[in-house]
This record gives sequence, C-alpha cells and structure tokens, in this order.
Amino acid sequence: MIDKGERRMADSQYVLEARGVIKIFGSQTALDSVDFGLRRGEVHALLGENGAGKSTLIKILTGAYQPDGGQVLVDGAPVTLDNPLHAQTHGIGTVYQEVNLLPNRSVAENLYLGHQPTRFGLVDHRKMERDARVLLTRYGLDLDPGSELGSHSVAVQQIVAIARAVELSGKVLILDEPTASLDRNEVERLFEVIGDLKRAGLAIIFITHFLDQVFAISDRVTVLRNGRLVETQVLDALSRTDVVRLMLGKDIAFSGATDLEPENPTTDVLLQFSGYGRKNGVAPFDLTIHKGEVIGVAGLLGSGRTEMARIMFGADPADQGSLRVNDKPANVRNTTDAITLGFGFCPEDRKAEGILGDLSVRENIIIALQGKLGWFKALNRDEQLEIAGRFGESMDIRAASLDMPVKLLSGGNQQKVILSRWLATDPAFLILDEPTRGIDVGAHAEIVRTINRLRDDGMAMVVISSELDEVVAYSSRIVVMRDRKMVAELRGKNINPGVIVQAIANNPDEATP
Amino acid sequence: MKRSLRPLAATAVIFIIAYGLAVLQFPNMLSTRVLGNFLTDNAFLGIAAVGMTFVIISGGIDLSVGAVIGFTGVLIAVLTSWLGIHPLVAFAIALGVAALFGAAMGFTIHFLQVPSFIVTLAGMFLARGGASIITQDSVPIKHEFYATLGDLMIRLPGGGKLSFIGMLMILIFLGGALLAHRTKFGSYVYALGGNSVSASLMGVPVARTTVQIYMLSSTLAALAGIVFSLYTSAGYPLAAVGVELDAISAVVIGGTLLTGGYGFVLGTFVGVMLLGLVQTYIIFDGTLSSWWTKIVIGVLLFLFIVLQRVIFAASAPGEKSPEKV
Repeated sequence: MIDKGERRMADSQYVLEARGVIKIFGSQTALDSVDFGLRRGEVHALLGENGAGKSTLIKILTGAYQPDGGQVLVDGAPVTLDNPLHAQTHGIGTVYQEVNLLPNRSVAENLYLGHQPTRFGLVDHRKMERDARVLLTRYGLDLDPGSELGSHSVAVQQIVAIARAVELSGKVLILDEPTASLDRNEVERLFEVIGDLKRAGLAIIFITHFLDQVFAISDRVTVLRNGRLVETQVLDALSRTDVVRLMLGKDIAFSGATDLEPENPTTDVLLQFSGYGRKNGVAPFDLTIHKGEVIGVAGLLGSGRTEMARIMFGADPADQGSLRVNDKPANVRNTTDAITLGFGFCPEDRKAEGILGDLSVRENIIIALQGKLGWFKALNRDEQLEIAGRFGESMDIRAASLDMPVKLLSGGNQQKVILSRWLATDPAFLILDEPTRGIDVGAHAEIVRTINRLRDDGMAMVVISSELDEVVAYSSRIVVMRDRKMVAELRGKNINPGVIVQAIANNPDEATP
Repeated sequence: MKRSLRPLAATAVIFIIAYGLAVLQFPNMLSTRVLGNFLTDNAFLGIAAVGMTFVIISGGIDLSVGAVIGFTGVLIAVLTSWLGIHPLVAFAIALGVAALFGAAMGFTIHFLQVPSFIVTLAGMFLARGGASIITQDSVPIKHEFYATLGDLMIRLPGGGKLSFIGMLMILIFLGGALLAHRTKFGSYVYALGGNSVSASLMGVPVARTTVQIYMLSSTLAALAGIVFSLYTSAGYPLAAVGVELDAISAVVIGGTLLTGGYGFVLGTFVGVMLLGLVQTYIIFDGTLSSWWTKIVIGVLLFLFIVLQRVIFAASAPGEKSPEKV
C-alpha cells in the first residue's frame, strides 16, 4: 500500500499522462504504444504531419476514443474516460479549431450552458451575466455578456471557448489548432491568455501547424510520426530544422544528394502564373511550368500546398494575378474552366473528394471525360468499357470487374482509378495532391513510375508530397511552401531532402540556425 | 436592438398597422367582443403553435400536429360519447397517448438519424389514418362537463367574453415563454438549433432534449385537439387538416428562424394574432372569398422569410451565413 502511495507521488509530476497507448482502426495502427506526459504549468506542443496520430492521441486523452491498449492517467491514477464530458469532470477541457460554441446565444450562456445559475428552478440571467462579466475581465475581454456570441470576432469566440473550458475543467486545456483562423494580432492576444493560464498552473497541450507559434509559446514538444512517438524534448534544446526533421522523419541525411531532372529549355512553356494568389488562401506566387516538367511542392501540412493546388485548378479561384496558357491569357474561375483548359486534379482526400465510392470503376474513370464532353455527347456503354478497359490495363488496376463499386478497391487501386479518370481526359497539366499517401509499397512504386512516364510523354505536372525522397526522385524543380507563401524554388544539382528541410524550416526573421 | 428581435418587431409593427387600418374601415373591430372571439377562435392554433415554436427553434419541423389534433378529437369523442368515460379522464388518456407518440417520433429522429420532416410526415399519416379507422364520421360530444367549460368565461367590459379556451391559450403562451427563456431545457432547445454538434460537445443532453421537444409538441397538439373539441363539441377524423402549416406560418411570421436557433414564443402569439386578424377582416368585409386569407398569409410568409434572410445573412460576422453558390 505504501509502495503504491509513493509511486503515485512520483508519477504525479504529470497531470495527464498516456502510457503505451495503442489505437487500431481496422488493419491500421493509428497509435503504436505512445507515451505522453503533460506537466502542470507547461505549454506542450504536439506536432506531426497528417496521419501521425496527433488527433487520435487527443481523442483518447479527451475520451472521444477508447485506447485498445495502454493507459491514460490523471494525476498519476489510471482513469477510463468515457466521453469528452466525462473527461471534463476529470479536469480536461478542449478547445477545437472550429469554435464549438453557439453563435446564436449570448456570450454568458455560452460560458455557462448546462451549468447556469438558477433561482427557484429558473435560470437566473442576471447572476449569470454578472458572473460572466467578472470571468471575461480576467481574460481581458470587456464586452456585454448578454450580446450574441456570433456578433464577435473569431478570436473573441476562441477566448470565450477557452474561458468555458478552463471554468468547467480547470486542470488541463487542450488547444487543437486554435490559431488556424486568426490574424497576427489575434494570435498574440490568444498567446497572452495562454501565458496567463500557464502561470496560473494550468497544463496546456497546444496543437498547431505553425512552427513559429510552437517556438513562441511552448516549453516542451512531442513529435509523432506514423503513429509512433518520435521524441519528447525541451524546446530550447531544438532548432527549427531539428523539429522539421523530426516531423518529416527518415533520419534525413544531408549527404547523398540527387540531381533534379535537368530542365529542358527547349520545351515550350505551358503555364505562366504571375502574381497568382487568393486572399486567405495563398500569397501571390510566380511560377512557370514547361511541358514535360514535374514541379514538386514541399512544405508542412497547413503551409498552403493544397491551397495552391486548389487555386490552380479553380476549386478556390484566384482573386489576383494572371495566368497564361500556351502564351495566351486564360481565366480559371471554376473547375469547369480548368478542365476545358486541359487541367486535371487528384485531391489529397481520396475518399471525400476523389472517388465516388458507390459508383463502379468504369463510371469513376469516365466521369471527368463525360463532364468535359458535356451532357449531349453521352458515351455509350461500349465506349465507356473500352476506355475503362484501356486504363484498367495500362494502369494495372486490380479489380475483379470494371463494374464493381470503387470503394471496394484498395487505396492504391483507388488512386490509380482517379489517375485514370484524369488521363482519360487527355490533360496537358495534372495536379496531384499527395498521390502516394496511404497506399501500399507496391502501388506506391507504380504511381511514381506513372508520374515519370507521363513526364516523359510531355505532360506538365504539379505533385504535392510529404515524402521528400519521392519529391526529389521525380521533380524537375521543387517549390517550397511555408505559412501560405511560396518561399523557395529549388533547382539544379545537389538537391537532397536535407536541403528541402532547411528551406522549410528557415525562418526569415532569424539568422540561419 | 438585437438582431434576433428585429423580425419580431417587424411582425408587431405590421400587426399594429394592419389592425389600425382594419379598425379605420370597421370601427367594430376594436370592440372587446371581437377581441374575445379572436382569442377563442384561434386558441387551438395558438396552443399547437407554441409546441411548433420549440420544434422549429431546435431546427426541426413537426408535420403531425394537425393529424394529432384530429386524432385527439376523435379519441375523446369516442371515449366520452361511446364508452361513457368522464371527459377529464379522456383528456388525460389523450395527452398521455400524444406524449408517447411524440416521444416515439423524437426517439426515431435522434437515434435513427432520420430527418424530422420524414418522421413527422409518417406520424401525420399514422395519426390521421388512426383517427379514420376509429370512425369515419363526426362524433358529437354531449356531456355536461363540456357545457360547464363552455360557460366558464370572464366577461370583459364592452360586452366581450374571454372564454376558457382563450384563457388556456394565454396561459400556455406564458408557460411556453417561461420554458423557452428561463429554463435549462429552453437553452438546450436553442443550442440544438444553433449547432447540434457544438451542443453535444458542450454537454447538452441531445437525445433527451430531442425526445422532450417532440413530446412537448405532440402533447400541446393533443391539448389543442381538446380545445378544438371544446370549440366544436365534436370529434371528426378530418378535423384540423393543414393546421400544422398554419402553425408553421404563425411561428415564422412571429420571428422564429425556420433554420432554427432563433425565435420567441411570444412572437408566435403575435403571428397567430396576425393570422386571426386577416381572417376576421375577410369575414367583416363579407365580399371577399375566404381564400383571400390564404393569399394574404402566403404573401406575409414570403415577406418574412425574405426579411429574415436579409437580417440574418447580411450582418453576421463569424456566423452561419448562406453558402455562396
């Protein structure tokens, strides 16, 4: 008994702890015995690329998921967190990226919903608003608690969300990308609030894609990659380059440089983006793409990679700058314009934005071509089968039948179906957003081979990928994105993943580390 | 003024102007007699509309209201006239049946994730069909208790009468307003209408609240059915056809946002009164076809939906605005 008590004392340096936590979804291991410890009065940044397991870990710590192995401990004692509300009673509060409050209700009600003070069984609005005013003053907000939450800025709403979370839980605050939709001043204001809470002894987990912000307020950092813990470290001991390297992984060597594909100045210019950009999307960029050229796009998640692709394809049309296609001015106001110009786009989120799961392989392949042809030139079944069959073969799509629903295929084969869809339209320019994510090694190699083949056939491509080795392997040039800006364009010889990491991490505000 | 108050203010202003104009033309319309009848004639609609207000604020819709009124009337008529049960007992049975019925609808909506539109449409057919199975004909209710309740009234100065059912409606409106604005249940209803995902993350008992909302609506519809049977002294399976649509109109005209999250129970009262005023005016005029009522209601409804769009879409930072096309 005494022994147990002592252990508890020793353990309780952590307010919240995950020990060897495992989470499995189907055949995928989302978290593979991850350890994580959070101390009182610290801001602990949790970093990792998409699929690293950050959100799974957070969901386990907030009770939204149950671990398949390992333990969650609060103050050194193992707990089972049934759901986020239950976690709240253990002192764990969460503020999400999208403010999860009620814009249609008053600020005071948002602070106290479910816990409103009552008098004779009725909600005591006057007391609630009085309490709210006192509470808000502590967060430096001077506003009418009776006013509608939706009438305030996102930053204020974010602070109200934090106030609610702290008020109702009070031990651990989890901030899940709280700054994603805030401007610079608002971020600073939020950081002041976070600083105050930290000094008051609150333990804070901070999740963000912005490295600057990690360095601005965090004490320690934990990096996850592919569901595993890479490192937990005091931030002072790390440089920006270290952090990026930990996130992207592979013990990126600074040796073993590869030469990029030589640029071929004799080929024609296909696309010229100049000053191309979109407010709240990507800062204006200049980019010239030749026929038979692959432009690799590197950058961390949230750096503006996908936004750039969507702007190019007209999914979020540009609102500034100009585009010339084949040296003629062109306008991409929507995706139909883009398809007419011969553009194709394989989005990052295959399930949500790429495949039409319930339709057959054949239908998925011909749909973009049909869209290009228009309503009145319907492809008959034989034509459809011919086209689908041709691509099925050339892309080596492994499906029992071309008429089976595409959702039954493996990820790699789904990706090939989407590639086929665009290849069927005979595009001049293809944008691939993370074409190799979540597919097996064999299919991975095939996709890379296909990219190489298409480039040699003279197609222009933009390929976004977190796999730096891969980017180096097929790119003619590499564009580096950071903070929604194109910050570098790498070309020529001696390019290796290390150089890219350096370019991603480089902070223009500070000297090279 | 708060954004959410504006549609209600508009309704109130329109009501006052319309009433003023009507009085200018027919000075009799100002009499307490007309006002008393106003309340009596619209009592069942008003009571049903209170329940509908909660449903719509929560972001749902209840199409079964009219059918529940019809079913309740038949049930009470059959219980009292054929089986000789005391009306009070029949009332209790009817309210209990309706509460279960509403709970079942709320349960389906929440746990099976079926849109309220479909579930309550099914509920409408069930209740209407059920009423018609019991009897195809109008069943008169002759019971001294009905006569007693019919005689229960407050005489107003000027020859008007405030009937029992008129008073009941006012009580239900006051109770509804208290429930909406001063209880946790009320705040949960608004929370569901604002954003049900946020609401559940904030700890709102979504399942319980949804079931309670539809229970409330069906129970109030049954109460409206009781009032309707007092008003007509009969039960008829095809009574109150389309009343759910009148109730929805009254709620929307009264300033409740059809997409949920905003609204006032007392606004619905003004909405019901405005609908009543249109009807009374057309009766006073005598030359107009009664279908003009529908046309005027249609125009008003259209006006208010446009008004809400303008108020809620135009001036809303960080707020759910209509999707850009």
